[in-house]
Amino acid sequence: MTDTPRLELIDVHKSFGTKVVLDGLNLSLAKGESVVVIGGSGTGKSVMLKCILGLLQPDQGQIRIDGEDTVDLRGAARERVLTKFGMLFQSAALFDSLTVWENVAFGLIEGAGMEREQARAIAIDKLSKVGMGEDMAEADPAGLSGGMRKRVGLARAIATEPDIIFFDEPTTGLDPIMGDVINNLITECVQDLGATTLTISHDMSSARTIADRVAMLYNGKIIWAGAVDQIDDCDNAFVDQFIHGREEGPFALEVT
Amino acid sequence: MNNPLAVIGRFFLAFLATFGRLSIFTGKSVSAIVMPPFYWRLCLQQMMTIGYYSLPVVGMTALFTGAVLALQIYLGSARFGAESAVPNIVVVGLTRELGPVLAGLMLGGRVGAAIAAELGTMKVTEQLDALITLQTNPFRYLVVPRLVAATITTPILVLIADIIGVMGGYLVGIHRLGFNSTVYLKNTFDFMETMDVASGLVKAAVFGFLIALMGCYHGFNSKGGAQGVGRATTDAVVSSLILILIANYFVTEAFFSQ
Ligand SMILES: Nc1ncnc2c1ncn2[C@@H]1O[C@H](COP(=O)(O)OP(=O)(O)O)[C@@H](O)[C@H]1O
Ligand SMILES: [Mg+2]
Repeated sequence: MTDTPRLELIDVHKSFGTKVVLDGLNLSLAKGESVVVIGGSGTGKSVMLKCILGLLQPDQGQIRIDGEDTVDLRGAARERVLTKFGMLFQSAALFDSLTVWENVAFGLIEGAGMEREQARAIAIDKLSKVGMGEDMAEADPAGLSGGMRKRVGLARAIATEPDIIFFDEPTTGLDPIMGDVINNLITECVQDLGATTLTISHDMSSARTIADRVAMLYNGKIIWAGAVDQIDDCDNAFVDQFIHGREEGPFALEVT
Repeated sequence: MNNPLAVIGRFFLAFLATFGRLSIFTGKSVSAIVMPPFYWRLCLQQMMTIGYYSLPVVGMTALFTGAVLALQIYLGSARFGAESAVPNIVVVGLTRELGPVLAGLMLGGRVGAAIAAELGTMKVTEQLDALITLQTNPFRYLVVPRLVAATITTPILVLIADIIGVMGGYLVGIHRLGFNSTVYLKNTFDFMETMDVASGLVKAAVFGFLIALMGCYHGFNSKGGAQGVGRATTDAVVSSLILILIANYFVTEAFFSQ
């Protein structure tokens, strides 16, 4: 079956106590597709990613990877699914106790059990793909700027050449130029690998660069999804307000 | 609001919840010890940070405790003319009780806080999540090396503390209290029994385990940025110190009849 979606979320619910975060979320990514999910802060975008990665357990619903429901997978079965994933965390989440190259090679050495020498060579290669020279390999991640950390995080996310890569707000906290650099790196790397990507963002220029398709998360559901070139003339008032960053609109009623 | 029964009930429920969480955490940690892979390199690294770098603190504590013990015991035993018992009481007091307990308390402050702060920071900066997505079990990669290293190195530290402490008592005995060097040492070694040292080392192993466990537990459960990490650190230190004193009683009780 060629049309099995690579990743499919079906009616996913997640609450923390009485606070409903995801409320019947449906989303589907075809193989090789790049989808950007947009939405305001605190709408549950990171929670959605953490549910897919198995870091959080959804209360209800299915998360299918290549057709297989993964919600209840644990231990070795979960690790097998995780080998298909790469993830760039919002804060890059580099390991402070390791050097830059050891961070990039971590999934190869600890996850895939590769020899350090070989893993180091691959890490250096991935670092060059994100524009970082071999001289940075031994650096301490704590001393890097935000943009540099994101690049190392990106190199780490692509190091194992995963099928599906997640980017959690890849440009948030960066200046517009560095943001553009990261966006372009993401598109290049993804094209190289032919990977499927799911990106979270509230940065519209980022969405326009990366996305084939855009989906808008609001009140725990995807309220609009469509090709990136439809976004400007879509008739959804929420999307319209969001992409133009207007104060007036349906969102304004709920600002607390 | 202030219904005393409700307060007691809430306290009891909170206690049960914490106890349950801690039991699950301990179970996961201990089962991770026996499941491969075992990270030797990380374990040795932890033995260095926990053991080697704690030597000065533990050594100083032991030296002055031994010295003050000699002085106090001399004053006390002089009241019934038993001054010659100083070396015997110093060595028993140190090996059975003061060596492990004081070293445990110092390590609880130093090592417990360091572990909780490091793992807490990893938690709030999503590094623990990153570990999992890179198919690495945080219990095996982070908790096990710390638990194993602390459980092995604390007894070694305490053994060194015992020796330094006896030396502290010896120095005061010779230079301040007028003991003969040979007699002091002879009394020390004749009187000391294997069980004195052994029970102290068993205590040390238990304390080391508890310190690392509390550091890891509170680190893993910290939330909400720098403030949360600070709270986790405090909780790790306070809870490990209290657990050390409680465990000390029970281990002593277990060795009491022997
Ligand atoms: N582990 C958690 N425990 C409790 N509440 C959480 C947790 N993770 C996220 N939340 C809550 O879920 C909501 C969505 O968070 P998040 O997905 O991080 O938002 P964003 O869309 O900005 O990424 C927030 O209100 C947050 O407080
Ligand atoms: Mg987020």
